[in-house]
Amino acid sequence: MSFDVGAVRRQFPILSEIIDGKPVHYLDNGASAQTPLAVLDAVRRYETTGRANVLRGVHRLAERATELYENARADVASFLGVQPMEIVFTGGCTAAINLVSHAYGQLLKRGDRILISELEHHSNIVPWQLLRQRSGVELDMLPVTTDGQIDLGALPRLLTSETKLISLAHVSNVTGALLDVRKVVEAAKSVGAKVMLDGAQRAPHGPLDLNALGVDFYVFAGHKAYGPNGIGVLWARPELLEAMPPFMGGGSMIGRVTLAETTWAPPPRRFEAGTPPIGPAIGLGAACNWMAALDWTATHDHEMGLVQRVLDGLQKIDGTQILGPASLQNRYPVVSFMLDGVHPHDVAQTLDSFGVAVRAGHHCAQPLMDRFDLDGTTRVSIAPYNDNSDIDALLTGVRHAANTLR
Amino acid sequence: MSDELYQARIVALAKSKTGAGKLAAPTKSARRDNPLCGDRVTIDVRLADGRIAEIAHQVRGCLLCQASAAALAATAVGRDAAGIAELRHDAERAVGREAGKAHAPFDAFEPVASHKSRHECVLLPFEALKDALS
Repeated sequence: MSFDVGAVRRQFPILSEIIDGKPVHYLDNGASAQTPLAVLDAVRRYETTGRANVLRGVHRLAERATELYENARADVASFLGVQPMEIVFTGGCTAAINLVSHAYGQLLKRGDRILISELEHHSNIVPWQLLRQRSGVELDMLPVTTDGQIDLGALPRLLTSETKLISLAHVSNVTGALLDVRKVVEAAKSVGAKVMLDGAQRAPHGPLDLNALGVDFYVFAGHKAYGPNGIGVLWARPELLEAMPPFMGGGSMIGRVTLAETTWAPPPRRFEAGTPPIGPAIGLGAACNWMAALDWTATHDHEMGLVQRVLDGLQKIDGTQILGPASLQNRYPVVSFMLDGVHPHDVAQTLDSFGVAVRAGHHCAQPLMDRFDLDGTTRVSIAPYNDNSDIDALLTGVRHAANTLR
Repeated sequence: MSDELYQARIVALAKSKTGAGKLAAPTKSARRDNPLCGDRVTIDVRLADGRIAEIAHQVRGCLLCQASAAALAATAVGRDAAGIAELRHDAERAVGREAGKAHAPFDAFEPVASHKSRHECVLLPFEALKDALS
């Protein structure tokens, strides 16, 4: 197989829209990616031919809905290289991390330690701070190198026998830096700690083999991976899911309820209280299948070719600086930059006038902004459907901002 | 339209940096953050008989926030809290949150009206000054 960007683009109706007279140059995929027809069709099919609640009806629509929902779980599992019953559907990536912080957090005791890093998204910081308030666990922080990577050289200093969990971004949502997972897993094993990866920025760029990675928990969001909003995934090793108590109580997550006490359903239902986001889960299953059908060697080359075009183009604009790895090594297609003398929001607003959508600001990573004493950055995040015209429009807009706003 | 947002008057206000910096001996200071975008404004005021005798601002934020702080600094001296509230009405009118025509210099912000996500950029210096005067 090879990569035909035109064929990919034709699967995303929004990319052919003209908005306020301008084409859509969508480079904000790190915030939310667009959805292909395959996903839209799957959700529409469920809503129009199979809409019902799951697990609790005997009528044929309920059976159809349950089958579609469980098929989606199998599709997500296949995408991650794991078993379906190890997949928990959540409301999003943040919800998945909060689930772990509550459920796994209940297995921890005062004085246990959790290791995160300075570059984490707030969703991988605040839940642990809340757990610290609830249960007295301690938080340690891996520092960040000057080129925006987690400094794993600090692992020996920060890991102790009390460290029970290392929770890190697989790919930084700001710098695009790719984590050296093997090094983290090796270090974690040496002290018996578990490893969780926030895969929000990695999952949209191809299938994974979580068992080969050697991690214990993995989370990602549907809406960043070409799926619907309101759906996320927690994967955990089965023995961890089995050991964890429920996070939320309600329907579906029970074994037997009496007025005196309740027993829990086995995982994954133990962690899916109430009616789940059925349509979004089905859409995410379709998104995982859509991703799995791409040739990711060619797709990755295409994406990283666009990253190189961004890096080369920005380098030619006076006063730009990259926050993150300067080359294609150890990075994914997320590029943050600063334009000297122009605030990132003004860069982004100017780009909008060229039809270019990017994100600007702190990217829910304020500790990382503090680390570099920055107000924010402008972030370009690339998906398989982006092409040279998107990058060229971006660079034209940045040049315009540089020429008019400083 | 977005490409009309950064009109010459707004850019000129920001570049004027009127009132940018700190006061040596402020009567009061206040800092306000916009948690959504991370913009931060710190305002120092020296008061005399309840009125602003001197004002200075430090803005870590976008061009709109810088321009608004400069416009505020250019018009705040001699005013008390009620007088600053009048200026705020002007800013609110400019961005379309209140009916009526804004006066100079805040009428410069009229192009912001169609960009709802940027209204707070214009109003953040007022929030900081309100805190400083409270």
